[in-house]
Amino acid sequence: MNAPSQTFVSDVIIPAQAPPRNSVGINGWMRKNLFSTPLNSIMTVILVVFIVWAVTPFIRFTLIDATWSGADRQVCLQSSGACWAYVKAYLPQFIYGRYPIGERWRVDLVFWILVIGMVPMLIPRAPFKRLNAIFLLGIFPVAAFILLTGGHYQFAGRLIPNSIMPPSPLRFAIEFGIVSAVILFFVGLFAWLSGRPIAGSGNVVGTILAGIAAVLALCSIDFGLVPVETANWGGLLVTLVVAITGMIASLPLGILLALGRRSEMPVVRLASTIFIEVWRGVPLITVLFMASVMLPLFLPDGVTFDKLLRALIGVALFNAAYMAETIRGGLQAIPRGQYEGAKALGLGYWQMMRMIILPQSLRIVIPGIVGSFISLFKDTTLVIIIGLYDFLGQIQASANDAKWASPVTGLTGYIFAAMVFWAFCFSMSRYAAFTERRLDRGRR
Amino acid sequence: MSDLSVATEELPPVAPALKVSSTDVAVEMVDVNKWYGEFHVLRDINLKVMRGERIVICGPSGSGKSTLIRCINRLEEHQKGKIVVDGKELTNDLRKIDEVRREVGMVFQHFNLFPHLTILENCTLAPINVRKMPKREAEDIAMHYLNRVKIPEQANKYPGQLSGGQQQRVAIARSLCMNPRVMLFDEPTSALDPEMIKEVLDVMVGLALEGMTMICVTHEMGFARQVANRVIFMDGGQIIEQNDPVSFFTNPQHERTKLFLSQILH
Ligand SMILES: Nc1ncnc2c1ncn2[C@@H]1O[C@H](COP(=O)(O)OP(=O)(O)O)[C@@H](O)[C@H]1O
Ligand SMILES: [Mg+2]
Repeated sequence: MNAPSQTFVSDVIIPAQAPPRNSVGINGWMRKNLFSTPLNSIMTVILVVFIVWAVTPFIRFTLIDATWSGADRQVCLQSSGACWAYVKAYLPQFIYGRYPIGERWRVDLVFWILVIGMVPMLIPRAPFKRLNAIFLLGIFPVAAFILLTGGHYQFAGRLIPNSIMPPSPLRFAIEFGIVSAVILFFVGLFAWLSGRPIAGSGNVVGTILAGIAAVLALCSIDFGLVPVETANWGGLLVTLVVAITGMIASLPLGILLALGRRSEMPVVRLASTIFIEVWRGVPLITVLFMASVMLPLFLPDGVTFDKLLRALIGVALFNAAYMAETIRGGLQAIPRGQYEGAKALGLGYWQMMRMIILPQSLRIVIPGIVGSFISLFKDTTLVIIIGLYDFLGQIQASANDAKWASPVTGLTGYIFAAMVFWAFCFSMSRYAAFTERRLDRGRR
Repeated sequence: MSDLSVATEELPPVAPALKVSSTDVAVEMVDVNKWYGEFHVLRDINLKVMRGERIVICGPSGSGKSTLIRCINRLEEHQKGKIVVDGKELTNDLRKIDEVRREVGMVFQHFNLFPHLTILENCTLAPINVRKMPKREAEDIAMHYLNRVKIPEQANKYPGQLSGGQQQRVAIARSLCMNPRVMLFDEPTSALDPEMIKEVLDVMVGLALEGMTMICVTHEMGFARQVANRVIFMDGGQIIEQNDPVSFFTNPQHERTKLFLSQILH
């Protein structure tokens, strides 16, 4: 005991001690999370038993009893597990479909360009985000289109009759010019009537028209590539083309529709609302079916429309409607003060949306957007209904091939398809979670 | 009222020392009427603000003060009468509206800073995109005004990291970066904790001393006494009384003004 007069209590610093054994490490974690209460312990045991019961046969089938190599169905027939030899033999078809073997490097090239464009885009710290986005959304689609189809398109309009001037690139250029001039005239007229700055609207529309002209010009150049009809595309190639086009197109369309639905102009609002509700009211299968069977009936004779292109348009518009509703939710979450702050500074409508409102609202709805992307990705399998052979379709078709038919062939194919789809969707979901966490940190 | 406002009340008025133009009209409202549906929110408002004038508008909650100043930069549309700002009449012509908004700065009760942009970006956004100013020049100007509101060191933070008083000072700097000819304030201090009110009022007094044309909705009577040329009392959507601050506070004419002042000053 210390004397009462003593004010000084301690002359040693107590060194830091390790925490009790059972509160840290794996032991501590299990104690806290798995066995904290009797009920919790029982649940843990039941779940472990269930997982073992459900997963063991799956692992047996896909790994332990599986057959890994062989030349034909004989190995599959003998196998009581998955027949990976079949997947191996068909892998190129699963990826490229009937794309000519000698031209498959073009698909590979497109894939690698995409990877090169995507990776720095997805890494938050990588620089030049703006250029990167231009590359990914502007240059890549055109390059991919030319590489995959072969380019060298001969466009022809119907504005100038053949008797006056035979179809030629020059005639098309003139026709394009006429249409552009008419569009610009009406944009200017509309701007003038509604009291908006004419130069502003004119610049935007003019830039878009010039961009379209440049793309069309590029697509008409002969790069010496053999044309490959989309009827020969298949497998993962079709899946990715449909999914990525759907994503790239549905986002901006969805934004425009969402803004339209909240517009102060009744006509714009009504048109957007009708568009969104019509597309949301029909199943995608119906859309695809209509696009492939009904659309040709409405088109004038002689106008053919690529089957894949029809599917792409259907998928893009269908998803744009859903995207619009997701984004509208985000727009509604932005307080009125943000609009007023922007307007009071003199920002125009598009500037306000682009720089103030959309960046904030898109951030809020990232989980919703990714959810839409994931369902879009899975919905691409529906294109089989109109006779396009996507990844799953290709697998399904090959399972009936006499060379490999066996009791396990189909099952193996479906397991493979499920694994590939799961890998794509799960990575999207994880990346979204990562982005959410990162933006949360940045905010407050 | 808080102690801080009492402190400002004891300062001598600066108004007489400042020059007010007698010919140059900054804002003119003639017989302005506005309805929200059936509700008649502004009734026959007539108001002429000369360049260099500093107007304080007060009145009970719901009397239409915010609506009135929001009509000046067309955040609200009036249905009858005429509003001319800086020589431009406000009609449905979007170009005129944009022109007016470029020349009129506004500070809100809840700051309305853009949370996804840094303080500096908040300040340079409009000069770069509306005035088409080069980025470097806009940044220099922004830093100049951030210095003036005494928070240059926060330039690279986000609004959410600042206190309310600091945010409101940024909002003032953001408006000043557009080099406005008229500044509107809608209860700039009513969302602030008492100890932050003074730092915002100081900035506003400084602005008044430089001769800025200001229209302020505020209940800071100390501020009104110190800088206003004219105090306007509104009730029920009408201008009930207006006078120079000394007469307004010492000798209110209308019963409603007296009642209001007795409530607010004690
Ligand atoms: N957007 C609106 N729609 C309908 N009524 C409104 C709207 N904004 C304000 N009001 C009403 O108008 C009146 C005046 O509002 P306001 O100008 O904000 O008053 P003050 O700023 O003096 O408190 C209030 O009664 C308010 O309820
Ligand atoms: Mg108000």
